[in-house]
Amino acid sequence: MAVVFKKTEGLTDKQFHYCPGCTHGIIHRLVGEVLEELGVLGETIGVAPVGCSVLAYDYFNCDMHEAAHGRAPAVATGIKRVLPENVVFTYQGDGDLASIGTAEIIHAAHRGEKITTIFVNNAIYGMTGGQMAPTTLIGQKATTAPYGRDAAQTGMPLRMSEMLATIDGAVFVERTTVHNVAGIRKTKKAIKKAFEVQLAGLGFGIVEVLSTCPTNWGITPVESLKWLEENMIPYYPLGNFRTPEEGK
Amino acid sequence: MATEKIIMAGFGGQGVMSMGQLLTYAGMIENKQVSWLPSYGPEMRGGTANCSVIVSDTPVGSPIITEDATAAIVMNLPSLTKFEGNLKSGGNIIINSSLIEKKASRTDVNAYYVPANEIANEIGNNKVANMIMLGAYLELTKVVSIDTVVEALKKVFGPSKQDLVPLNKEALERGANSVR
Amino acid sequence: MDKVLMKGNEAIGAAAIKAGCKYFFGYPITPQNELPEFMSRELPKIDGVFVQAESEVAAINMIYGAAGTGARVMTSSSSPGVALKQEGISYIAGAELPCVIVNISRGGPGLGGIQPSQADYFQSTRGGGNGDYRHLVYAPASLQEAVDLTIEAFDVADYYRNPVIVIGDGMIGQMMEPVEFKEPKKRELPNKDWATTGTKGERRPNIINSLALDPAELEKHNIKLDKKYKEIEKNEVRYEMYKMDKAEVVMVAYGTTARIVKNAIDALREEGINAGLIRPITLWPFPNKAFNEIPDTAKALLSVEMSMGQMIDDVKIANEGRLPVHFYGRAGGMIPTPEAIMDKVKEIIGGGK
Repeated sequence: MAVVFKKTEGLTDKQFHYCPGCTHGIIHRLVGEVLEELGVLGETIGVAPVGCSVLAYDYFNCDMHEAAHGRAPAVATGIKRVLPENVVFTYQGDGDLASIGTAEIIHAAHRGEKITTIFVNNAIYGMTGGQMAPTTLIGQKATTAPYGRDAAQTGMPLRMSEMLATIDGAVFVERTTVHNVAGIRKTKKAIKKAFEVQLAGLGFGIVEVLSTCPTNWGITPVESLKWLEENMIPYYPLGNFRTPEEGK
Repeated sequence: MATEKIIMAGFGGQGVMSMGQLLTYAGMIENKQVSWLPSYGPEMRGGTANCSVIVSDTPVGSPIITEDATAAIVMNLPSLTKFEGNLKSGGNIIINSSLIEKKASRTDVNAYYVPANEIANEIGNNKVANMIMLGAYLELTKVVSIDTVVEALKKVFGPSKQDLVPLNKEALERGANSVR
Repeated sequence: MDKVLMKGNEAIGAAAIKAGCKYFFGYPITPQNELPEFMSRELPKIDGVFVQAESEVAAINMIYGAAGTGARVMTSSSSPGVALKQEGISYIAGAELPCVIVNISRGGPGLGGIQPSQADYFQSTRGGGNGDYRHLVYAPASLQEAVDLTIEAFDVADYYRNPVIVIGDGMIGQMMEPVEFKEPKKRELPNKDWATTGTKGERRPNIINSLALDPAELEKHNIKLDKKYKEIEKNEVRYEMYKMDKAEVVMVAYGTTARIVKNAIDALREEGINAGLIRPITLWPFPNKAFNEIPDTAKALLSVEMSMGQMIDDVKIANEGRLPVHFYGRAGGMIPTPEAIMDKVKEIIGGGK
């Protein structure tokens, strides 16, 4: 019997703890597949964040280092500076990267650290129970924004990719989505490109992946895919903000 | 010599820190026990500067000099005012009379007046006023020999600045002569 | 090897390099700046790496990452900066990684001042970070000792898989003394088979982690750590006893303060007053056993510190209620004089009569 689909070697056999309809699992798989396809699993050290993906160290089938909240880019810097020939990536959510870890991500990009960041943006704090994130949309309800996010009080949602694309050291910046098949394909291509940029020693690369959180958004998994498309994509436009080829 | 505790003070740029380091270095070359402790502050230029140097035959205890200084080398007026009181009775104070008109107010210490900037100008470089003062101090106390200080200078200056050694040596000797 | 005259901050940096440290992550703060400056100059020459981080928080987390690879790594800072590093120190202790952290301390609280101070005793010995953890704290009193202890700190950190702090006040950082770089006593060091260096497809992935969501699992980890800390308490205590013969007053002081106290003791003995000194070289583990060696002539203990009294808590614990415990301290960057310490000793003796 022909094998038509096989789980990637890039992931362990550990069962994911993610909620039904959460797209972390898809993004994990894409990262695992890319590492396997590039043949670098044995050279890779991943850095897990604090947030829903805090247990990512149990899922990726490579050496892993669990960082403090927001500090993954600093931890990755320490690893990569000692082991410049190895592949180092961080996997971070929006509370981790866009709030408590803004200094670390900006300065990792600023130094042009040769690391890859997978940034999962679901516009909310998941693990702690649905609090407002810097990426929460205007009007979106959160447990610390029970009346909906109000720009006058909390500002406008933060667009990290656009901000990072202004930094010279960030040579690859792309925003993608995993709410449909086409988006998943494009996300995998972007993740692969971001790792290739690291392997070529060109600088810092980040892929921001728009992701769902049906549990904390308070809607069904199917509805959440639609919500992402209708609400997140208009505010967080998909596309590439920087590639090394453009020399932007 | 048992233990010499020297306070060196002036304004930033007069070379008090390097004068102290040089004496410390020379003491080490002569196998004495030494320490050098700088004052440090937020100002980078033009502020007051002072350091405490201890050269001893026995291990150095506290690197801090309180009211037990055996000598003070003061390069400007605020330094005289500030540190005269730190000398112990019978100590030596060497005063840069080119910049300080005032005399020492204490009568229980030995005061020496060295026109350091004038002598330095005579030998062609105002920057070696600190070496004139150090030369005078060494002549009075014989803590280390001038030759050892010159040896230390050669090491501190490095290969690129060896041409400055003769001028500094002359300054040390002129300083020594001034109190002979 | 010949003695060289060096500034304390640079001597500590040179000692680290001598110990095989090739990676340094730091952030500017007075009065330790010559240390990162020295590393930025020297490390590239030996194929090492210096990174000026965006903050102390980032610097200690870079240390966390780099230490995870098994490399010998160091960071340095001064009091408020070390406060910022506490998060990372807790994680490093939790994940059991070796590293050396230097604190050239200054006055506080808050921004405090930049002059010498010993107000970080609590921060160093009680753990400024969260959780049940300990780390060794070396407190050198001279530059030679700073060099020796820094070199040894790397071995000790590797041996126990634990962060080690070297704390000196601003004087240790700023002063110059002759130093010699000697080989430390050899320790059998364990393999770093836990390091994240890539599996090369030859082993199971290594995970550096301080998270244990299962309480039973975390307690097991806490017990394991505690066993290690007890081992450190048993093996690594260091202290010096100075002129304890017939001492009536036994002073306790560490770092540069101990040198001032020694001057005071010498002067007191010239006056016929017998005083002695216990100088803790490790602040944690504290040299409790030194207090069992105090002679019967002792009437009182006197803790002398450049703080408002922090080590005095440990002095009281070690004393176990045997002798009255007195305190003399200066704070904010003010330095105790031998004369003031002598007066305090005389006051204690007078009061006891």
